[in-house]
Amino acid sequence: MTPVIPPTTSHVFRDNSVKALANPQLQRALSNIRRDFVDSRGRALADLPEEEYAALKAEAKALKDHTLAHLDFYLERFAAKVAETGGEVHWCATAAEARETIIALCKRYNAKTIAKGKSMVGEEIDLNAYLEAAGLRPIETDLGEYIIQMKGDRPSHITAPAIHLTKEDVGDLFAEKHKRPRKSEIPALVGEAREMLRPRYHEADIGLTGANFLIAETGSSAIITNEGNGDLSQILPRAHIVLASIDKIVPTLEDALTISRILARTSSGQEFTVYTTFSTGVRRAGDVDGPAAFHVVLLDNGRSKLLGTKQEPILRCIRCAACLNHCPVYKSVGGHAYGWVYTGPMGAVITPALLGIERSGPLPNASTFCGRCEAICPMSIPLPSLMRHWRETEYERKGAPAAYRHGLGLWAFVAKRPRLYALATGLGARVLGCFGRGRGRFSALPLAGGWTGTRDFPAPEGATFRAQWRAAHGRG
Amino acid sequence: MSGTDGKAAILGNIRRALGRGELSGAARAECEARLKEHPSNLIPARSKLPKAEQVELFVKMAEAVKASVTRVARDEDVPGALVGYLKGQNLPSDVVMAPDASLDRYGWQSERMLSVRRGRPEDADQVGVTGALCGVAETGTLMMASGPDHPTTLNFMPETHVVVLRAEQVVGAYEEGFNILRARGATLPRTVNLVTGPSRTGDIEQKIELGAHGPRRLHIIVVGD
Repeated sequence: MTPVIPPTTSHVFRDNSVKALANPQLQRALSNIRRDFVDSRGRALADLPEEEYAALKAEAKALKDHTLAHLDFYLERFAAKVAETGGEVHWCATAAEARETIIALCKRYNAKTIAKGKSMVGEEIDLNAYLEAAGLRPIETDLGEYIIQMKGDRPSHITAPAIHLTKEDVGDLFAEKHKRPRKSEIPALVGEAREMLRPRYHEADIGLTGANFLIAETGSSAIITNEGNGDLSQILPRAHIVLASIDKIVPTLEDALTISRILARTSSGQEFTVYTTFSTGVRRAGDVDGPAAFHVVLLDNGRSKLLGTKQEPILRCIRCAACLNHCPVYKSVGGHAYGWVYTGPMGAVITPALLGIERSGPLPNASTFCGRCEAICPMSIPLPSLMRHWRETEYERKGAPAAYRHGLGLWAFVAKRPRLYALATGLGARVLGCFGRGRGRFSALPLAGGWTGTRDFPAPEGATFRAQWRAAHGRG
Repeated sequence: MSGTDGKAAILGNIRRALGRGELSGAARAECEARLKEHPSNLIPARSKLPKAEQVELFVKMAEAVKASVTRVARDEDVPGALVGYLKGQNLPSDVVMAPDASLDRYGWQSERMLSVRRGRPEDADQVGVTGALCGVAETGTLMMASGPDHPTTLNFMPETHVVVLRAEQVVGAYEEGFNILRARGATLPRTVNLVTGPSRTGDIEQKIELGAHGPRRLHIIVVGD
């Protein structure tokens, strides 16, 4: 069977955005971000003195930079510790190798059903489509992932995958797929999902989870969740597979705890996430539950080539989603416009790195360069400058669009001739000021459709900057 | 190409990107020392308190994340506190309890209404009772380690999880809990859970709803002062 993989549409971000802005259902769903995520983040940070948060942030950045500079060492130590505790690490350079490894493990354990905790790396490698094509039955157990698996969607947010849907959408979907009376309230919908999923954990032969951390000191993997589905997925089936990328490694338990403290606060506005679980090897003699087999599928998929480049800081990302939740572009167009699995500012940086800039050219432009993503990032990733760097790469690759080049050429011609510049700008300001008086802005201007198509252009007030400077300082 | 070839390929890519061969000399020694000594990073000051105040902070933080807490003075008060809680929530008084010898001291047979089975839970079990490795004052977190005495399934399967915690088990920060485990052996138990309140989800319209997959209710009985 051929895997059914949704197409990537990152290269048509503009078209996707236009459709997203015109979709009232999506706009209603996106309005929930503003209300909740952002408010609660502010509250949780308020409980921690500002200087302590700043110190935690600095330590988290430093420990990740240290780890990346010694990544080979810590990965090898991690793998050795996993082996000591009865587990096995599988080193996979590409997405295809990771998928083949997981399918081979399913065969080894004669598995049919796989209970899955939430894994963005799983989305990155289209794991479900390949598992299904191999005759296996992957079941997403995180509520958001369960919903989008049922709908055949990609996640539209890295921590809240079904944020593009309203409770009415979920009610319709559950009624259709569960063949039960339609429910319209959130508690009833959550209860129905709980009831439908509980037997699945028992049926599963393998539990597959992602990882927030891999800990070199102990060979543990750690997941941070609120629902408890990732835990049920890994303790009930007889084998536990962890799928994680190489940038998830940290040296010690202390280092994992430092990042956990800031992750909860910045991601969901909690003091600490409900479940932080450390899994080490296989069940021990005398244990009455837990998996008898433990495998870590360690994926590179293009990350190692970012080391030592300008894009290296994105490898510090802990997938907290604060940059999505505070991004005016993300909040307007939602995650699907980004065309793949990673969205918002972090997606605009990591997608070109993993998919290639030729398949995601417009993403680094998905920014107003307001700088909120960088200000909010708990790992101090300079997202706007990383986006700018991808823009430069894309410009070098194929140059700017023709209209942009001609416009810039004309501007350069005028700007190099001060009198002509004064004449042109003075005339422009007077004419626009005249017509725009009253409303103070234009919703349409000739030759400026690129700007006014999506926002208003402010009408100039008074003289040009140069004329005002001359009036104030007496010279030009 | 996974396995040995995959390992060589990934490590080779990393070393090429970092512009060096296998880590050696002082840099390697520094990394070895970091793993061996696992130095502590910043621990928020708020849990650095005398013991009694740490217990109070633990209770306050646990309640803030929608766990419920009962404090009792003596061991013999614990079975009554459990029965009282179950009655208040309209829950059955059949419980499945961790086969943890440290829970034997409470004399459960003193409550004749209470029916206790020791072991791991089944789907039909509505109430699970366990102890904990420690309580973490900083965020009202319970730390629990798997072992023959504490099946991890008890922390997740029953809809109601009751934890009996001794006041002297309250510590300031998570790091202290891991040091207890390090002192017990070179290898961590298979599963270490840090649990902060009952299960919840915000996956539908970002509205928080309790009891997504794990327990809907988390009740903590703190013994002693």
